[in-house]
Amino acid sequence: MSTPDRRIKVDIRHVHKSFGSKVVLDDVSLQVGEHEVVCLIGASGSGKSTLLRCINLLEPIDDGEIVLTDVNGAATDISEPGLNPDPIRRRIGMVFQGYNLFPHMSVLRNITLGPTKVRKQSKSDAEHLALELLGRFGLQDKATAYPDQLSGGQQQRVAIVRALAMQPELMLLDEVTAALDPVLVGEVLNVIRDMRGQGMTMVLATHEMGFAREISDMVCFLKDGIILEAAPPATLFTAPERPETAEFLQRVIASGRL
Amino acid sequence: MTQHDKGADQPSASFRVGAAVPTRRQVWLRQRRRRALLVAVVSTVVVFGSAITLVVTSSGWPKVKTIFFNGERFREDFPEVLSYLWVDVKLFLQCAPFILIWGMVIALCRNTRNPALFPLRAFAAIYTDFFRGVPIILTIYLVGFGIPKLGLLEGEFHFLGFGGNWNSVYLWGPIALILGYSAYVAEVFRSGIEGVHESQRAGARSLGMSHSQTMRHVVLPQAARRVVPPLMNDFLSLQKDVALLSVLGIIEVFRRATSIKDLTGNFTPLVAAAVIFLALTVPETRLVDWYSSRQRKRTSGSEVL
Repeated sequence: MSTPDRRIKVDIRHVHKSFGSKVVLDDVSLQVGEHEVVCLIGASGSGKSTLLRCINLLEPIDDGEIVLTDVNGAATDISEPGLNPDPIRRRIGMVFQGYNLFPHMSVLRNITLGPTKVRKQSKSDAEHLALELLGRFGLQDKATAYPDQLSGGQQQRVAIVRALAMQPELMLLDEVTAALDPVLVGEVLNVIRDMRGQGMTMVLATHEMGFAREISDMVCFLKDGIILEAAPPATLFTAPERPETAEFLQRVIASGRL
Repeated sequence: MTQHDKGADQPSASFRVGAAVPTRRQVWLRQRRRRALLVAVVSTVVVFGSAITLVVTSSGWPKVKTIFFNGERFREDFPEVLSYLWVDVKLFLQCAPFILIWGMVIALCRNTRNPALFPLRAFAAIYTDFFRGVPIILTIYLVGFGIPKLGLLEGEFHFLGFGGNWNSVYLWGPIALILGYSAYVAEVFRSGIEGVHESQRAGARSLGMSHSQTMRHVVLPQAARRVVPPLMNDFLSLQKDVALLSVLGIIEVFRRATSIKDLTGNFTPLVAAAVIFLALTVPETRLVDWYSSRQRKRTSGSEVL
């Protein structure tokens, strides 16, 4: 992963975030290279989701910088106060644990809403791309369905397509399989594998350790808002440096999730 | 049903729920349902029967009957009172769209985030507090009699096919109802907007949509569905409260009934007015109930959190 021509997509520098007196992110620094996949692991409440929401500017950070580099190599500190978050968010796709699909719109409308309203694409262009993406993930026959009529796995795949249709430079996935029936997890993980194959830069918060191990270039273990350990999966899962990481992995193994 | 088929008590029947032969449990459930229906019928007859008997056998009943439930007067007065129904319906139809629009404006004012628009928020908050706190009949008196007395406007006005004197009670009466009711309707809209889960906003904003795009495409359409039943309730009571405009001298069903009563000394025309209002509102009530239950069925257990 540390090839000489590695280009940094997002550079998170010394980010601090508190909710009231509770420190959620404590001096978090993390670099994600272009086409890399980074997994955030750790117990609930360790700050994984908050970090993703901060990158997408859904939560303002208290201190630090989040530098996003565009395709031309221009770097911007997107956390700069006063910056309009809307043009930045359209460059970053986000998928949520609870899908957050719009229940009053068909699958196709869910997907084309952003491209037509935000990117000002024509309706036919947006629908063309949406149908292509749906087809790629085996959902071509669901275009006219409503979210309520789909299984959880299908809904989550639609949510991923919705984010992809904005043609983002970076995807953030927040425990996207956590709300799913175990038998439906696989189909969503396949979509993520496919995205990786296409070279999408991704940051995932996940409880799927086996998947994290398989897909990531780097795994970060968070505890109490601190990245205690960041290493390639082969290292982190087999020979963790920190006793806290080892203990966490031990507990995951004991619960049968690895 | 083939009673010869003895499958009902055999294990194989458990695989055939819903088949022609009812199982022992289905038979029991059906019997229980039949018994419940019977109990309901009997208890209803007993309760209503004794209530009616109590009224009819009371010492004052013959007098009450001639004053309130006089068949002859009813036959004579009902058509006369009914001929004013159109006035009530027309006033209702004139008020309703303006209440919806103005209520939505107030609700959106309360939902603004921009600090420069804070005066709008403050105005909306004070507005709803004021008009929900003042009895509607007082609003009608104050607006209906007070504003024309200011003498600010003279002569005639014409607007979208409406028209008349600027100081007419047919203008200020409905405006009073619009002012009062829009405060309630604004609160209904506001709770509808706030009832749309935060995750929907997060979903929309994460696509790069602005606050106003999020409101327009994601929040308001979902809020609209939620507010239909409570809105229908508010309009139901508006249909009745139109009668309050009679205090300004507008002659409609209630006012006409009162004037006949004053003339004849018999209260039967008021009963006729009640019958007319019931005939108008009961179907509306049923419609609200039907819509609410349909809504509940459609969204239960499948709403995206």
